[in-house]
Amino acid sequence: MDITSPTAAQPPPGATAPAPQAKAAARAGDRIFLGLSRGSGLLLLVIMAAIAVFLTVRAASALSHDHGNFFTTFEWNANATPPVFGIAVLAFGTVVSSLIAMLIAVPVAVGVALFLSHYAPRRLAAPLSYVIDLLAAVPSIVYGLWGALFLVPHLGGLYSWLDDYFGWTGVLAYHGGAARSLFTIGILLAIMILPIVTSVSREVFRQAPKMHEEAALALGATRWEVIRMSVLPFGRSGVISASMLGLGRALGETMAVATVLSPSFVIGKSLLDPGGGTFAQNIASSFKESGDIGKDALIASGLVLFVLTLLVNGAARLIIARRKEYSE
Amino acid sequence: MSDVTVEQPLVADSAPQPRSSLRQPRLPRWAAPAVAVAAAAVAVAIGLGAGLSSRIQWGLIAALLFVLGLYGLTARVEGRRQAKDRLATSLVWVCFLLAVVPLLSLMWETVRRGAKVLDGSFLSHSMAGVLTIQPGGGVYHAIIGTLEQVGIATAIAAPVGLLTAVYLVEYGRGTLAKVVTFFVDVMTGVPSIVAGLFVLSFWILMLDFGYSGFAGSMALAILMMPVVVRSTEEMLKLVPNELREASLALGVPKWRTILKVVLPTAIGGIATGVMLAVARIAGETAPIVLLVFGSQVINNNPFDGAQSSLPYYIYEQWAAGNEASYDRAWAAALVLIAFVMILNLVARGIARWKAPKSGR
Amino acid sequence: MAKRIDVSGLNAYYGSHKAIDDISMTVEPRSVTAFIGPSGCGKSTFLRTLNRMHEVTPGGRVEGKVLLDDENLYGPGVDPVSVRRTVGMVFQRPNPFPTMSIYENVAAGLRLNGGRIRKSEMDAVVEKSLQGANLWKEVKDRLNKPGAGLSGGQQQRLCIARAIAVEPQVLLMDEPCSALDPISTLAIEDLIGELKERFTIVIVTHNMQQAARVSDRTAFFNLAGVGQPGKLVEIDDTERIFSNPSVQATEDYISGRFG
Repeated sequence: MDITSPTAAQPPPGATAPAPQAKAAARAGDRIFLGLSRGSGLLLLVIMAAIAVFLTVRAASALSHDHGNFFTTFEWNANATPPVFGIAVLAFGTVVSSLIAMLIAVPVAVGVALFLSHYAPRRLAAPLSYVIDLLAAVPSIVYGLWGALFLVPHLGGLYSWLDDYFGWTGVLAYHGGAARSLFTIGILLAIMILPIVTSVSREVFRQAPKMHEEAALALGATRWEVIRMSVLPFGRSGVISASMLGLGRALGETMAVATVLSPSFVIGKSLLDPGGGTFAQNIASSFKESGDIGKDALIASGLVLFVLTLLVNGAARLIIARRKEYSE
Repeated sequence: MSDVTVEQPLVADSAPQPRSSLRQPRLPRWAAPAVAVAAAAVAVAIGLGAGLSSRIQWGLIAALLFVLGLYGLTARVEGRRQAKDRLATSLVWVCFLLAVVPLLSLMWETVRRGAKVLDGSFLSHSMAGVLTIQPGGGVYHAIIGTLEQVGIATAIAAPVGLLTAVYLVEYGRGTLAKVVTFFVDVMTGVPSIVAGLFVLSFWILMLDFGYSGFAGSMALAILMMPVVVRSTEEMLKLVPNELREASLALGVPKWRTILKVVLPTAIGGIATGVMLAVARIAGETAPIVLLVFGSQVINNNPFDGAQSSLPYYIYEQWAAGNEASYDRAWAAALVLIAFVMILNLVARGIARWKAPKSGR
Repeated sequence: MAKRIDVSGLNAYYGSHKAIDDISMTVEPRSVTAFIGPSGCGKSTFLRTLNRMHEVTPGGRVEGKVLLDDENLYGPGVDPVSVRRTVGMVFQRPNPFPTMSIYENVAAGLRLNGGRIRKSEMDAVVEKSLQGANLWKEVKDRLNKPGAGLSGGQQQRLCIARAIAVEPQVLLMDEPCSALDPISTLAIEDLIGELKERFTIVIVTHNMQQAARVSDRTAFFNLAGVGQPGKLVEIDDTERIFSNPSVQATEDYISGRFG
C-alpha cells in the first residue's frame, strides 16, 4: 500500500475540497513532521557513532600514556607515574564469569521456557511467565546487594564441598574466606540473564508449528519425544540468539559484579577463590580514585567492552533476522 | 499381509509392550509427589547427618534425588521411554523451581531486612550530618535525585523514541530505516556503564561541565531510547491499516492522521512501553556512579552539583560496610523494588485496559 | 493386522462446548469408511477421538467407549501413546518433519520405539513403507534429501509411508487430499485402495465423489442445529448412501440441496 503521498488522495465527492492554502499548510506540516521523525532516527545513529568516536579518542589518548602493554599487562596502575595498565585480567574475568553464567543459565532457561510453553497447566502459564519477567525488572544493584549479603555467605559451604571432591583439579579449589569469586559472579549473572533467555526461547517454542507436533504425537510419541522431534529442532536458532542476547547482558553487567566480587589484579588458578575483575566492575570500582589518565584508561577498557558487546549482540540480531526470513 | 509383519517382533521386543494390549503398567498419580516428599526428607537427613551448612546444597541434593528417584521408579514400572518422558518432565519442573527460588529469596530478604528501618522518617530525611555507622538518616535526597534524573531522561528519550518509531513504521522504507532498525537493536545491548563513559568523555571531560543529575539523565536517556522505540514500534504496527486509509481518504494530511488517528489508537500500548522503560532505567546505577557522583545532602537542582539516587544510595550504603548502613541499604532496596514493581504493574494494567481489541 | 472399531455412546467436548453427541458405530476391518457432512459437524473431531488425539487440544474431553477389537481405548490404564502407535493418522496438510531427511521421516516412528534396530532392517522397513505409499520409485535416489523438498502430493504420500512404517492396526485420514492438486489426489486415492488390503481405513472428506470412489461404507454427520453438537445421521454401504439413503437429510446433502 502506498500512503506516502496523502495530499494526492481524492476527497470523496461532496466533501469540500481543501482550500489551496490549507493544502500548502498540510504539505508544510507533513514536511515538518517527517523531518522531526527522520531526525530522531538519525539522532539515534549519531549517538551510536558518537559513542564509538568519543570512546576511541579518549582510549587513544590513554594508550599513548600506557607504559605497559594494554592487552597483556596484568596490572592496573593508571594513576601511577608512569601509568601502567592492561586489560588481560579484566578480559579473562569478564569472559570467564559470563561463560559460567551461560553454562548455568542456558540449560535452565531452556527448561523454564519449555515448562512455560509446553508443560505448565494452561491456566498457570501466563501468570508464571509474568513471574519470570519480574526477575528481569529487579534492578541489578538489588541483585548485587542480595548477592553480597545473602548469596555469598550461603555459598561457602557448597564451595568447601566442591573443594573436598574436586579441589585436586585446581580450578575448583577453595581456600576458605568469603565466596566473592568469579564463580559466584557467574551464578549471580546466570540468575540475572535467565529472564531474557527464557522469554525469547519461550516465544520461539510457542511458535513451533502445531502440525509437526501432531505428526509426532500421531506416531505414538511421548510428550518429550514430541518436543525432541518437532519443537527443539525448530527452536534451535532461536535459543542460540537468545543465549547471545543473554551473553551481551552478562558481559556488560556492572553493579552486581562490583558489589559481590572482591577484585584483585591476578588471574587465579581457582574460580572459587576470591579475586579477578571484569571490565564493567573495574570501571565502577576504580572510577572515584582515578585521575585524568586513570579515567582515560578506564574509558579505553570500556571501549573494549563496547566492541565485545556490539559483536555479540550484532551476531544475535543477525541470527534472529535470518530466522525471520526463513519462517516467512 | 506384507512381510513387514515378520519384522514386527524384532522391533517390538525392545519396547516391553504386550502385543495384544494397549494397557501399560503405570505409576499411580501420587507417585511423583510421593517421590518429591521422600527426596526432600532424605535430603534433609543427609544435610543434617553430614552437617552441610548450606541450604543451597540441601535443595540441590533434594532436586537430584527427586529426578533420579522418579526416573528409576518409572524405568522399572513403565519402561524406558516413559521414564525418559518423566525425566524430561521432572527436569523441566526443577528448572522452573530453580528459577523461582532466587526471586522468592531476593524478595523475602529485601522485605524482611528492609522493613527494619523503613518508616516515615527514613523517607523524609537525608543523610546530612549522619555518620555512616550511626543508625538513622534516610533516603529523601536519593528519592528526589531518582525522580529528577529519571524524569529528565524520560523527557528526552520518550519523544525521540516515539518519533523514531513513527518514522520506522509510518515512513520507513529503504536503507535508512533498515540501518536505524538494526542500530536500535544493537543499542538495546549497550551496557549501561558504556553509556555512562560516553557522557563522561563528552559532557564532563570534553565540554568540562561538572558532575550533575542532568549528566546522569543523558546516559539514562541513551539507555531508554531503544526500549521506547521497540515497544512503540510494536504498538504502531498493531494499528490496522484501514484506519489510516480511512483517514487519508478523507483528505486528512498524513501528519494529522498520525497525530489524531494512529497515535491515539496505540496510546495505551505506548504508555505501557514508556513506563516499562522508566522502570528499567530507574534501577540503573553504573552511569550514576560515573556522572552524578553521589551526595549525602539534598540537592534539588539536577543541573548543578552532585546528587544522589536510590540505586546509588544502595551501593554507597553497602560500601560503607556496617550494620546500620546495611539496614539502610536494604530499606532503600525495598523502596526501589516497590517503585519499579508498581510501575510494572501499572504499565501492564494500562496495557490490558487499553489493548487494541483484536478479532477474538 | 487390521482391527474392528466399535464406538458406543461417544461424546466429545471442547471445554464446556459439546462438539459431538452420542455417536455409536462400527467400522469394519480391512475396509474404507468415509465420513462426510457439512463443515463444523464434528467429523474431524470424531476422527480424532479414535486415536485419542482429541484430548491433546486444550479443553478436549471425551466420554463413551471406543473398542478396538474388544479393548476400550478410553479404559483405565490405557496409555494414549500406545493407542496412537496402534491407530495411525494422516493429516489435512502434509507435515513431514522439516529437519529430517526422507529416510529419517519414514524411520521416525520406529526409532521412537528405541532399541537397537539394525541398519539393514531399518532400510528394509523404509523401502517397504515407501513402496507401500507408492513413493519408492520417485525418491529412492534421494532418500537423504529433506522431506520438505518434495511436492505437496509426494509429501502427503511420505506422511502415509511414515504412518504405515510402524504397522498400525488402523489408519485415520483427515481430509488427506484437500491441500492437493487433482493428479496428486488421484495418486492418493489409488493408494487408499491398495492400503485397505492391510489396514482398517477411516477417511474424512469434503469431496463426495471421493467418498463414493474410495469407500466401502459411508457415514453422514450433521449438526442438530446452530450451536448444537454434531450427530451421526446414518452409516451404511457407500452404494446405498449415494443411491438410496434411508434419511432425507442425507439425500438432500448428497444431491447438493443443502450444505
